[in-house]
Amino acid sequence: MEEVSKMIRTLVLLCTLCISLQGFAISEGGDQGAVDTKDEVDAYILHHIKDAHDFHLFSYTGDNGERKHVGFPLPVILWSSNGLATFMSSEFHHDDAGKVIVEKGGSKFVKLHGKIYELNAGASEVQFDEHHHAENAAKVLDFSITKSVFGILLVGLLMLWAFSSLAKQYASKKVPTGFGRVLEPLVIYVRDEIAKPNIGEKKYRQFTGYLLTVFFFIWILNLLGLTPLGFNVTGQLAVTAALAIFTLIIYTFSGNKDYWMHMLWMPGVPVLIRPVLAIIELAGAFIIKPFSLLVRLFANISAGHIVVMSLVAIMFTLKKSLGVVGATGLSLVLSFFITLIEVLVAFLQAYIFTMLSALFIGMAVAEHDHEHEHDANGHDIPDAEDVRGDFI
Amino acid sequence: METLLNDFSPGLFIVQTILLLGLIFLLVKVAWKPILTSLNEREEGIHGALEAAEKARAEMQNLQADNEKLLKDARAEREAMLKEAREIKDKMITDSKEQAKVEGDKMLKQAQAAIESEKKAAVADIKNQVAELSIEIAEKVLKEQLANKDQQLKLVESMLGDVKLN
Repeated sequence: MEEVSKMIRTLVLLCTLCISLQGFAISEGGDQGAVDTKDEVDAYILHHIKDAHDFHLFSYTGDNGERKHVGFPLPVILWSSNGLATFMSSEFHHDDAGKVIVEKGGSKFVKLHGKIYELNAGASEVQFDEHHHAENAAKVLDFSITKSVFGILLVGLLMLWAFSSLAKQYASKKVPTGFGRVLEPLVIYVRDEIAKPNIGEKKYRQFTGYLLTVFFFIWILNLLGLTPLGFNVTGQLAVTAALAIFTLIIYTFSGNKDYWMHMLWMPGVPVLIRPVLAIIELAGAFIIKPFSLLVRLFANISAGHIVVMSLVAIMFTLKKSLGVVGATGLSLVLSFFITLIEVLVAFLQAYIFTMLSALFIGMAVAEHDHEHEHDANGHDIPDAEDVRGDFI
Repeated sequence: METLLNDFSPGLFIVQTILLLGLIFLLVKVAWKPILTSLNEREEGIHGALEAAEKARAEMQNLQADNEKLLKDARAEREAMLKEAREIKDKMITDSKEQAKVEGDKMLKQAQAAIESEKKAAVADIKNQVAELSIEIAEKVLKEQLANKDQQLKLVESMLGDVKLN
């Protein structure tokens, strides 16, 4: 009991720390100066949930009225019309409006709303149309180590370190000690609660590696997103899309004869309906399932970030009507509870993504006419494959 | 929707795909495979140990039952042996008694016979001795009495007188 209350206290402390630092980040953030008004808050939040080319921790206004930014630049790697171009993001000097032009390898690059554009040949500055889109510049393929990529690398190395050290422990002892004691139940949880029941006792083993990787990858990145470091990796469409496509590829290529039979030529229904069903099934397998995966994760995490930051922003937007103490108090209380919920959501979304991936894989590898175990009276004992239908 | 598509970064998608692929392969190789294998081995080990314990318990029970049976058998055997011994003892006592009686009777009879014959012999001996003694006495008396002639004559006369009477 004492352990639990201690844990809760630690959690509360961490959440409070996160909120206060995020508040600090907002109040001092923004490249254009301090953020005070509603529009500036909106712009700041939208800016935050996007990927960034440099690692920005916080900014402040110096004594001489100049904005100072604290953080570090990240490498920019571009595939432009003139080939590969690499430079540090600091060369943009925190410009995000397409004003600073960087010349590398015969191409001119500008950064506009978090994206890097290459100016058309001959152009010397960006021209905008009435929707504020660049007219004479095109997007380049951007392989930069952005903030998200940095987060992915960080989490990847963290996972490699943590789990390989857990794996090494088993060489010398049966039960891991130290941090491994925390990790082992999580691994067992994914194996026994996600992989085994959804894929089935016989085939779960070959997919468990993928499921474990994805589960911890998403979970740790979700939690990292709650820290004031400002990562929003699992809230990037490109990241969730890649994750969803991995699942799509795995269940498509491991699908057995039954799976394809049920998808393309459904047995047990009139022949005329079969092509219609096939279209629906194909759309389900190749569009709906991956989209449900990628949009759910992206939307939940982005929404979480937006809600937490909006609640933190109450501090400034309601300052006039509630006073400094009232606005700050309200903001702290609300964002505190939402952050607690976000901690739960971080786990929940990792669980749901992994669980659905396992479910889709399980549907693809299910055997419909498999041998059943028999009990003493010769009746079939239902196994995971039989009861799975009840949950879908 | 347009904003979403605009925010979608193909470069990040490719980078994420490559990194995730690498991460999966590395983790499977250095972590998941050894971890899952060890976990399975451990679980099988625990399972085996539990089974072995259950088996040992059953064996123990069997052994105990065997022991009890042996004990019971032994007790029954002892009982039977004791009974037999008692019977033998009783029989021996009766036999001995009978034999002793027979022997005693026989000895008694012998003794009686011996006593009888001894008695007879003794009586005969006594008779002989008495006869000899009587003869001796008679001899002595006669010698004494026949020392002088008068008495001899007197005796002869008395004897002759007796004979006459017969």
